[in-house]
Amino acid sequence: MSFALRTRHSVLPGFGLALGFTVLYLSLIVLIPLSAAFIKTASMSWEAFWSTVTAPRVLASFQLSFGAALIAALINAFFGLIVAWVLVRYRFSGKKLIDAMVDLPFALPTAVAGIALTTVYAEHGVIGEQLAKIGVKVAFTPLGVTMALTFIGIPFVVRTVQPVLEEIDPDVEEAAAVLGATRLQTFRRVIFPAILPATLTGFALAFARALGEYGSVVFISGNMPMRTEITPLLIVTKLEQYDYAGATAIAAVMLSASFGMLLLVNLLERWTRRAEA
Amino acid sequence: MTVRVEHIVKRFGSSSEVAAVADVSFAAEPKAITTLLGPSGSGKSTLLRLIAGLETPDAGRVFIDGQDVTTLSPQHRNVGFVFQSYALFRHMSVAENIAFGMKIRRLPKSQVAERVAELLGLVQLPDYGARFPSQLSGGQRQRVALARALAIEPKLLLLDEPFGALDTQVRLELREWLHSLHERTGITTLLVTHDQEEALELSQHVVLLNHGRVAQAGSPHELYDHPADEFVASFLGGANVLKSRVSDGEAKVGSQSVPAPSGARDGTPVQAFVRPHNIRVRLPNGDNPIDLGKIERLTRVGGYVKVYVSLPTGESVTVLMSKVEVDKLQVEPGDAVAVDVVDAKVFVQSYSI
Repeated sequence: MSFALRTRHSVLPGFGLALGFTVLYLSLIVLIPLSAAFIKTASMSWEAFWSTVTAPRVLASFQLSFGAALIAALINAFFGLIVAWVLVRYRFSGKKLIDAMVDLPFALPTAVAGIALTTVYAEHGVIGEQLAKIGVKVAFTPLGVTMALTFIGIPFVVRTVQPVLEEIDPDVEEAAAVLGATRLQTFRRVIFPAILPATLTGFALAFARALGEYGSVVFISGNMPMRTEITPLLIVTKLEQYDYAGATAIAAVMLSASFGMLLLVNLLERWTRRAEA
Repeated sequence: MTVRVEHIVKRFGSSSEVAAVADVSFAAEPKAITTLLGPSGSGKSTLLRLIAGLETPDAGRVFIDGQDVTTLSPQHRNVGFVFQSYALFRHMSVAENIAFGMKIRRLPKSQVAERVAELLGLVQLPDYGARFPSQLSGGQRQRVALARALAIEPKLLLLDEPFGALDTQVRLELREWLHSLHERTGITTLLVTHDQEEALELSQHVVLLNHGRVAQAGSPHELYDHPADEFVASFLGGANVLKSRVSDGEAKVGSQSVPAPSGARDGTPVQAFVRPHNIRVRLPNGDNPIDLGKIERLTRVGGYVKVYVSLPTGESVTVLMSKVEVDKLQVEPGDAVAVDVVDAKVFVQSYSI
């Protein structure tokens, strides 16, 4: 005699409930508001949409936003790796302080960061004055935009790479050494491939965050049309002019482009993780 | 192809701390498996790491093949090292793992591929080259680690508790397999283990370490039959320890008198080490009842029975007997039995413990 179970019970109960909640949560917070942007855009004619998103001022803002966000994410990937390495591999006094400092860009209201950066890097600011002497202008230039975006993206790479780096078994590095690999070879062939997926994740997060950043940039950029105007600012400008369709059109393009890029980075990350299947 | 260490000292932390390895000297026989055996904390792993160059000694010298390698970096010692944790490169396939050392040495691709295939055959994983470590069992991973270590054609193979993380079944299989692998390759091997059975079964030469010092070195049977001190006697073979006193140059151990250590005066307290198979239990046959022991427990382990007997002195001993013998006796827990000591080693009692 046997009792056939109608449903298969998992050791982790509540799958149905948890999934239902996940879908509801994502719908309410992400999917519905975002699709509203696309629906609003759909009220435009194709010609109106095309002329809105290819207007020179809009294209210039796309170039600045995507370009600066990409550069900022790359800078963060490189230096974030170094910061994570230092925090994991070395013991020194003040380490806890540095560790805590990494998270500051998360906690600080971005407007405060923007104002502080502008004050310091403006032509008469503490650092700006010195830089002006060698002919480098930071505030109110694309460089300033990149700097603000770098600032707000610092924690991502550090925080994604740190735990992975901590998990690398010292035995693995010693094994490489005994097999004849120098420190550099060990890093390049053994450690770097191990932390690459996490670095890519951090890079993608920093990039996505930089792309949507508004608060810290508007102060340091100067918001000059065609030169230092970022896309999120352009959207706000359109909203202030009651051009809702125009604002959502730009937002839709930006959303699609960033979604595509994030997908690409995720695929790349998955590919680098293929060994951990 | 010999390895020799002379007066090696290694301390961790401040110099006032007890040395992890304190003045150790030994030589491993060429082409043989030498075991560094000892309880945890005896310094055996540190010693192996010192030989590989993964640690730097505070004093002493390391020689490999007659060459002083004390200051040589691990990259240049050309030794194979196998870790308990396998330490495989998880983002590389099995074949890439094995090829790693050869790629570092910039060997031609065709030669690398050929050697990888050969090694995969040697470790009995011929079709696993494209797999990743995460897709292998523990035993398979450790065999890959061994192939990777052998790929650089090392002069010396160092194994740091290689089977420690595996379950008993796999451990026994790999032990057998390592033995036959060594027969074929003949590579000088140093094996670190805390498992005395592994040491006695695999190696021709055992260096038994305790508290960072060599307690005794020799063939497994020398250590087993002629232990130099009480540590060696108790560590190997799980001996029973019985207290006694010297009288007339002899010490009475159970029913038997054993020659006392030379120079021990009458009345000196001694410790007798009696191996579980050197005690026999029999039915009382005209023995004085106060000399009889009592059976506390019987544990059947396959063809053997562990008999726990409490002695009239209050001490208890473990006796190992064959199932056939015990069945013949027909004893039960609680029964009174006579306990005969067949063989014992007697040491003057140390007061350090």
